[in-house]
Amino acid sequence: MSAPGAEYGLKGVVRELLSYKSGIVGLAILALLVAISVYAIVAIPYEEAIRLWRGQEAMWIDNPRTAAPEWVEIFVGKKLPRTIRLDSRVRETGVSKTVIDLPGTGMRKVLIEYRFRFDYDEPPSELNIFFFSNYTGSSAPLVRLVWRKPSGEEIELLRYGLRAPDDKLYVSISDAVLSNLVSYYVSKYPVNVSERVTVLKLLFGKVTGKSLESGDFEVEKGDYKLTVEATVFSKDVDLDAKLVVYGTVHGIAGTDHLRRPLEIPLIWGAPIALAFGLTASLVTTFLQMIIAVISGWYGGWVDSLIQRVTELYMVIPFLPFLMLISTFYKIDIWILLAVVIILSIFGGGIKGTRALVMQLKEYPYIEAAKAYGASDFRIIFFYIIPKILPPVVPGLVGAVPGYVFLEAGLAFLGLGDPFLPTWGKVINEAYSNGALYRGLYYWVVEPAAMLMLTAFAFAFLGFALDKIVNPRLREL
Amino acid sequence: MAVKGLVKYVVRRGLVLYATMLAALYITILVANMGGKVDEIILADLQTQIWDTVNRNPAYRALSGAERERIVKQMLENEIKRLGLDQPFLVRSFRYLIDAATLNLGRAQFMTSDTGSRLVANIILERLPATVMLFTTVMVINFFLHLFLGLYLSRRYGSLLDRVVVALAPTSVLPGWFYGIILILIFYTWLHVLPPGGIVDVPPPKDPLLYALSVLKHMILPMASWIIAGFFLGVYGNRTFFLIFSTEDYVEAAKAKGLPPGLVERRYILRPSLPPIITGFALGLIGSWSGAIITETVFNWPGLGSVAYMAIQYLDTPVILGFTVIYAYLLMITVLILDIIYGLVDPRIKVRFG
Repeated sequence: MSAPGAEYGLKGVVRELLSYKSGIVGLAILALLVAISVYAIVAIPYEEAIRLWRGQEAMWIDNPRTAAPEWVEIFVGKKLPRTIRLDSRVRETGVSKTVIDLPGTGMRKVLIEYRFRFDYDEPPSELNIFFFSNYTGSSAPLVRLVWRKPSGEEIELLRYGLRAPDDKLYVSISDAVLSNLVSYYVSKYPVNVSERVTVLKLLFGKVTGKSLESGDFEVEKGDYKLTVEATVFSKDVDLDAKLVVYGTVHGIAGTDHLRRPLEIPLIWGAPIALAFGLTASLVTTFLQMIIAVISGWYGGWVDSLIQRVTELYMVIPFLPFLMLISTFYKIDIWILLAVVIILSIFGGGIKGTRALVMQLKEYPYIEAAKAYGASDFRIIFFYIIPKILPPVVPGLVGAVPGYVFLEAGLAFLGLGDPFLPTWGKVINEAYSNGALYRGLYYWVVEPAAMLMLTAFAFAFLGFALDKIVNPRLREL
Repeated sequence: MAVKGLVKYVVRRGLVLYATMLAALYITILVANMGGKVDEIILADLQTQIWDTVNRNPAYRALSGAERERIVKQMLENEIKRLGLDQPFLVRSFRYLIDAATLNLGRAQFMTSDTGSRLVANIILERLPATVMLFTTVMVINFFLHLFLGLYLSRRYGSLLDRVVVALAPTSVLPGWFYGIILILIFYTWLHVLPPGGIVDVPPPKDPLLYALSVLKHMILPMASWIIAGFFLGVYGNRTFFLIFSTEDYVEAAKAKGLPPGLVERRYILRPSLPPIITGFALGLIGSWSGAIITETVFNWPGLGSVAYMAIQYLDTPVILGFTVIYAYLLMITVLILDIIYGLVDPRIKVRFG
């Protein structure tokens, strides 16, 4: 074969690529992304990813809301609270449960004690208690909650009757708990209590007269104890409870407004972005090339028809048209991919390739092929395409980020795939939930970093390939 | 002579482009009506119009609700017959095409324009100036920035600055809207020095000068995001291009003749390389119409893009369809203007039509 790129072969191209710094970086990032993709698909299968992502809030109820990843501590320079989860249904250190029968009454007392150490520099973000009881009818258990701080202060937070067997007590936003706490401390420090005190500040703060007035509290570090004292009205009734003290940081990637851990969309975004970008770029480039070759080779009415269609494509507004289709027909990402390809096959690449084919037509080896009676098909696919393939490849690789960002952009507009977690969708959700205004950097930065990694991998590779196949660029 | 040729060329291109755009509109209508959306829009529009006339007409005021409904139904059927909407889709589709081509885009289902109009054309067109102000300015700034810096670097080829620009060229794969998000994170969320979006402070300043300054302040981030996004690749591309042209034999010949470097640059390098550079500008401008949609959403800029975003949020089908039609028009006009510029700078066209 006389094609200039043909003497390389895949091995040769890779070796050549590795001689450029940008080639090495590009290949390394790409390898990392492929590894993440493989891991994502193996560890969390497609259906599972959708289930985890689309699952109701109940699935992630033990996670904090909009919590930053744990590594932000490095930047903040403080020890930020992790989530503490203590469940009386599992035997674990820190929880003890005793049941006492009250003789002669048929009643029982269930005593659950939670002990935990809290030595973080900030108060938690939320505190909930989830009850699990098997009572029926109207004899709901009565519950009394007592909080003991490291200083030894014991405060009764609440007395109340369960409203349902699986009642949830949102302690941190409970007005009753707040007024109990305030009246406890006011009797201790008779000052005007600031409007800014919250349940969490009083539960975890060093309370003094001054801090009550100002509303600013320092965290009281040490061992805390919460006692749940329940009275149940039948021998068969039992009661368990789970205490969750939500942190402000969670895992390696943090959580979103629905408490979902962000590592799921972050790793699942990789295979989707790669599949979308590569398929779109590959199919579009090859179809464009074939169309351009046909146009240049046959000439005549075929050529002018293709030229007219190319012009038509120029005035079809690509993005609005795509938006129209995805809002009218609610398509998923794979149909979107097909539409993108259909809308790009008569795109800008055709003109240049066609001009190249026009030149090639006059080459002696093509003349020779014609002379010995090679078919049009043979000439196009065996003699012309191999010759024009090398200059097309860098463009193919370089076009991948464009498609990746197209998908992200559509997801940002709310037109992404309705089920799959993608990077664009995370940015969209971060945006619409005010991440930029609330300073939740991680929520935007993480998916953005993944998008940037992907884009740069292909951009670096594209530039390096460009230098390999267009030696003239090497001198410039 | 030359002017006459240019006019002939422009008229011919205009006609071809208009026909092409009609074909594009027709395809849009076909695709949009695959689920019957266009029929729905037209019927709903007709119905509101008839209800309006019936409710306004004092002659019908005495009638009961049911009676009035019957009349409306009757009138609707008559109208449908009169307008030929009961004909097969093939016939109807051409009616829709005429509507679209004459910008008769119907009424929005939920949205209204800032002036209170329900007409889709008003809703969309009143936002056009904001988009043109922002993005056309950016594109023109980018064009000259890339042109002159590219020329400058091609003279200083191999210098440190040159190598830096070449090394940073891959940064341009990130689109403008993406840089926009990063810039908001830095200059709003972190530093609190620039507004994250909108076109003017709330409430808008009374003094026109302060108003203009406020608008300028809101333009900084969106403009910066596009300038950064295009900068390195744009400069790199032009520089490489000029370098290739400056090694041509006729440039060497001109230099050998002893022509001043400025003249060589203008007449022997810049002049022949202008048509392809303008093509690049054209493609950029066409792309900017689309890119504006997402960038405006990021910056909450009240232009065409945010209308599109709102229409998606409200699922306002007439607006989405009308938006596509107006974009097709914008694209056609852009392509035509660029054809005219092309005709002015490319001597071959003058020769062919002169």
